[in-house]
Amino acid sequence: MMIESNNNPRGIDIAGLLKESAIAALVALGLTIVMLGLRTVDTTTGLGITTRWPLVAVAVISVFAGRLLFAFRREWKASKGPVSRDRKEEEDRAATIIKRFSTIGGPVFIAFALVLPLMPFADRYVIDIATYVLIYVMLGWGLNIVVGLAGLLDLGYVAFYAVGAYSYALFAFYFDLSFWVCLPLAGLCAASFGVLLGFPVLRLRGDYLAIVTLGFGEIIRIILLNWYKFTNGPDGISGIPRPSFFGLEFKRTAVEGTQTFHQFFDLDYSSMHRLIFLYYLILILALITNFFTLRIRKMPVGRAWEALREDEIACRSLGINPTNTKLTAFALGAMFAGFAGSFFATRQAFISPESFTFIESAVILAIVVLGGMGSQVGVAIAAVLLIGGTELFRGLEEYRMLAFGGLMVAIMVWKPRGLLAHREPTIKLHPDKGPPPEAIKAVTEGEGK
Amino acid sequence: MNRVSSIPPELVIPSGAAPLLTVEHLTMRFGGLLAIDDVSFAAGEGEITAIIGPNGAGKTTLFNCITGFYTPTVGRLTLRARGEAFLLERMDGFRIAQRAHVARTFQNIRLFSEMSVLENLIVAQHNELMKASGFTVTGLFGFRAYRNKEKEATDLARYWLDRVGLTRLADINAGNLPYGDQRRLEIARAMCIKPTILCLDEPAAGLNPKESGGLNNLLNYIKDEHGIGLLLIEHDMSVVMEISDHVIVLDYGSKISDGTSLYVRSDPNVIRAYLGEDETEELPPEIVKDIKSDFDPESRGGI
Repeated sequence: MMIESNNNPRGIDIAGLLKESAIAALVALGLTIVMLGLRTVDTTTGLGITTRWPLVAVAVISVFAGRLLFAFRREWKASKGPVSRDRKEEEDRAATIIKRFSTIGGPVFIAFALVLPLMPFADRYVIDIATYVLIYVMLGWGLNIVVGLAGLLDLGYVAFYAVGAYSYALFAFYFDLSFWVCLPLAGLCAASFGVLLGFPVLRLRGDYLAIVTLGFGEIIRIILLNWYKFTNGPDGISGIPRPSFFGLEFKRTAVEGTQTFHQFFDLDYSSMHRLIFLYYLILILALITNFFTLRIRKMPVGRAWEALREDEIACRSLGINPTNTKLTAFALGAMFAGFAGSFFATRQAFISPESFTFIESAVILAIVVLGGMGSQVGVAIAAVLLIGGTELFRGLEEYRMLAFGGLMVAIMVWKPRGLLAHREPTIKLHPDKGPPPEAIKAVTEGEGK
Repeated sequence: MNRVSSIPPELVIPSGAAPLLTVEHLTMRFGGLLAIDDVSFAAGEGEITAIIGPNGAGKTTLFNCITGFYTPTVGRLTLRARGEAFLLERMDGFRIAQRAHVARTFQNIRLFSEMSVLENLIVAQHNELMKASGFTVTGLFGFRAYRNKEKEATDLARYWLDRVGLTRLADINAGNLPYGDQRRLEIARAMCIKPTILCLDEPAAGLNPKESGGLNNLLNYIKDEHGIGLLLIEHDMSVVMEISDHVIVLDYGSKISDGTSLYVRSDPNVIRAYLGEDETEELPPEIVKDIKSDFDPESRGGI
């Protein structure tokens, strides 16, 4: 059927299309009869069955129509003869657009993020979601070091986030330390856990590494859940102290002998002050992560990470120590997760192991992959889409995850390498100009050989 | 004179050059398979030493032992260069490149294909740059020492790009280069670790006659201008016979011949290994002549 239509580009084989769609509809019928058509219900005499045939009809008809539409579009395209535009050319054009977008998009995003709390529509809800999104932007950028740059697939990234959150909560609980002392400590703790995980898994690659890191993530969560005496188990830790603004608390009334934020600046008390402060705090933390990543990419260690991602054997033949290089990637990625974790703890004022399940790791990884591995702006956009998007779809209730899944499938079909997959070299011999046109021509001709 | 005569005969270098790499009683066993069986030879300083042999003779295994990808079962590998001696069989894989500066290329090209050509050459200078960047700490804050070192590294990269004719393509992804350019880039990358010895695993594989002629010139240039030793695995006999000072022939993991290319070409052991035991007479004479002429660059005419 396909071959015929290819040989004869002008005519569209309507009967063939209908047949193809009918087969698809038949498959849909077979599936939906059981999955949608029949439903078990509790009746007084035991388990009964109700039928929902209209639902089945809707599903089958939509599959038929959808398939027909896709097939018709495909045939119609084929009937116009071979595609005139060069695929390569199209890719190049896309690359230039992405490149321009990446350079302009970054500053625009940052500027927007900076003025967001001053906007008229920025109420408590908006600031809350924006803060939440920024946590994931920061986590995405942190994981990007491990997955995007070093190419180590880490499915247990949330473990380091948990370590960061719990180290702040526990330091504050047992030693009464303030947020600003705990922040670096939490980063340090998470980084040590990164090294701890890194050592045994260094010899593993790809799928095996993914499985071990997945296990590590679960181990951390289960320890937190079961070590009741130390972590308070499933009850979690509450009453985690809030951060202060250079020693000024965000409270209605000051503790004896101190001033609160609104007293010092002579403002009326508003609970928004704290929220906006938290928003700017995570924004700064996220931007630090971003600038650090951008800068370290141009350092020898950053280039070694990327080289390791490309070919570990070649790296060894050039005298690069793969162990140390991987460990630094793990440790630095974990450190940023630790920072984000301690911010999470201080924002929520309550943490429990429930916040650090595998689905969190999956979401963070999805952000990195959808954004385009290694692309900073892409990761930010993906975080906004996925986290902000799921918030927007909150009205859909149980269909929210369906929309989430649909969005992910759509991006993967439309842009399999991520939204903004474009890599700029970290150093150039011919800056600004790019390679001369005849050089590109030489390469294209060479490929044709 | 006495010292020279005390060198075991298998370690004599035909030209009498100083030994750069000596391999003594190297044996490599994989379970029940004996890949290399008691091989000894020496490669001279400033010379091109070719290792040839039929498929499965153990040439690449030998390379992997020298460059630290395998730890030999038995044997001693000594590299004497720049006033130091290294026992390679006792060093970790990557340290052989880091400390002893043994560089290698691969049979199936291993470039960092998603990185630019220039970046490939900068990554090769990782260890020096790492030191200059204060192990990332001072580099991160933009100290001058690192910036200067990076400029130096770029200059070295440009030097080798000029040599292999890829300067124009420096900012293109290495994976987008045509095959022949990728082969040359891999050699340039290996040269960027400032090697004492360069091990090339079939550098002429898949090159057309013009490109393999260019390769000969490049290898000769490296030998003459940089005075380092080259160790070469090659199937293309025109390359081997034209540029090597010293040829070692392996078959079934054992060394069967060792000498100048002229000597090896006429060694009955070698001819037997390539043509088979007693089948020489059974083959039609023109085929035998064809195979023999493979060893003889002059008879290859214009190719």
